[in-house]
Amino acid sequence: MSQKYEFTKEELAEIEKIKAKYPDKKPPVMPVLWLAQNKFGHVEPEVQHLVAKTLDLPPAHVYGVVTFYTQYYGERKGKYVLDVCTTLTCQVCGGYEILHHLEEKLGIKAGETTEDGLFSIQSVECLGACGYAPMMQITNGVYCNHLTKEKVDKIIDDLRAGKLPEYENMPFYQHGDPEPSKS
Amino acid sequence: MNTDWKNFEPVLIPNIKDLYKIDVYEKNGGYEQLKKVFKDKKHTPESLVNEVKAANIRGRGGAGFNAGLKWSFMPKPDGGPRYIAANGDESEPGTFKDRVIFERNPHLFIEGSILAGFAMDITAVYVYIRGEYRDQINMMQKAIDDAYAKGYLGKNILKSGFDLEMYVHSGAGAYICGEESSLMESLEGKRGYPRVKPPFPAQKGLWGRPTTINNIETLANVPLVVKNGADWYTSIGAKTHPGPVLYGISGHVNRPGVYEYPTGMLITDLINDVCKGVRGGKKVKAVIPGGSSTPPLRGDSLDGVRMDADSLRTAGSMMGTAGMIVMDEDTDIVDVIWRISHFYHHESCGQCTPCRDGTGFLEKTLIKIKDGEGEMRDLDILLDLCTQMEGRTICALADAAAWPVRYAVERFREDFEKRVKKTVYAVA
Repeated sequence: MSQKYEFTKEELAEIEKIKAKYPDKKPPVMPVLWLAQNKFGHVEPEVQHLVAKTLDLPPAHVYGVVTFYTQYYGERKGKYVLDVCTTLTCQVCGGYEILHHLEEKLGIKAGETTEDGLFSIQSVECLGACGYAPMMQITNGVYCNHLTKEKVDKIIDDLRAGKLPEYENMPFYQHGDPEPSKS
Repeated sequence: MNTDWKNFEPVLIPNIKDLYKIDVYEKNGGYEQLKKVFKDKKHTPESLVNEVKAANIRGRGGAGFNAGLKWSFMPKPDGGPRYIAANGDESEPGTFKDRVIFERNPHLFIEGSILAGFAMDITAVYVYIRGEYRDQINMMQKAIDDAYAKGYLGKNILKSGFDLEMYVHSGAGAYICGEESSLMESLEGKRGYPRVKPPFPAQKGLWGRPTTINNIETLANVPLVVKNGADWYTSIGAKTHPGPVLYGISGHVNRPGVYEYPTGMLITDLINDVCKGVRGGKKVKAVIPGGSSTPPLRGDSLDGVRMDADSLRTAGSMMGTAGMIVMDEDTDIVDVIWRISHFYHHESCGQCTPCRDGTGFLEKTLIKIKDGEGEMRDLDILLDLCTQMEGRTICALADAAAWPVRYAVERFREDFEKRVKKTVYAVA
């Protein structure tokens, strides 16, 4: 735990660019937390202190922001965080079946992390992909749409092999289109 | 009323390959309106506001307020900075339309934002996109970078002397940040607590300066109005709620997705024709027409109901974001309403007691009913709770949490009654 958290010169230059977008010193806190989380994989209190120091803000302010927004990981999670949507459309289209299938497959409950630190499962609120339900998001990144148990199994196997699914370009239909529009 | 919807050619998301690339967008008439306004002086800021006001673009983010009228609330420029916050938080369950704009036609939105910026003498546009849309955020950033490179953004745009900056700001997972004052708090780098109004954003918005908040889709409509005129715009779709709209249809339909059609479409046409019917040929039990906070409609009350503000109000619901959720006859309404309550309980920011405690109480009562432990009087408790939440909080989250429960208990009462114990109390 005594790892020292620091930003590199390039990252500090990036942070200067972020600061230039805003007329005040508080707003960069969200983008800089994102930068920190992408680098360290979490924003535990020590990282929050680093962000506070870098932006010359009180650590309490940074803590307040981290705890308000669900996507910031205030504590360590697995390498792959599987956010399964279970709200409304995903619920009626089988989001809970996908969640329970994952729980069984990985032997953990939603909110927990596997012992090898590879996977965490979370049951999350609407991710804005209702037309492609049920779906999940992997570590605040790629969306996996139209999930079935088979598709989930394949995704887990791929992740174990270190391969992330690719971005899926979802179709946009118009009337009479037998096939998705090619745009 | 335009009944010829089957021949409607989409204009927000036209069927053009690779339209998201700036070259393709320019080849197809993109950024022409900007040139007409900046070079040919087609509009002054005042005439542009009036044109948009006459077009009656009703905000696509849910409230349905005339966008041009909103713009006209901005005070006269005083030399200080003024802002637009473009709302792409898109966190209302059932809504997934703005992401199609980010993915397929981001430059239409950018052009609309620049025109809006010119109309209100704006210094900077902040595009607030929900943090989960990582890929869409990157696409939007790329589109903005391209627009800067072509001189459509930055200093002295098209040698007009008008400067405008545009930045993407990523959220980090909070439903409430789609509420306009909460969105501003989030942009200012704070916890997303909604602000008390007044002062309204046009007076004191971002960093205490005049600010206008518009939905992404609303701003994407602006170049179309400038190009074709307000008369053209008001001739599309419903009279009091005109224009093309992105319907996001999800749930138990054969072909869910985002579709662009005029407003005022029959809900039955959208389900049976556009989405190719209900899965397995089943009957519709319930439809939520505009995102989770709009009151659900019974499947047997959909005849003649159209997707526009007036028709839906008559039917007892709202247009919201046009994110429609269709549920078939096998759906357990009590379960669905519990899940919606769980969502609002989770997303309540906790500032106001009626919402913080009310959402939790609603959820607890619904869990009790769902698990078969409820009693008949719990239904009255639910309705009473709703009354105590509605209109008693800083923002509309409490109302959004209460309405689905209230209307579900009223409209699907038999489903609730089936689940509760028939307790009889002896009266002394």
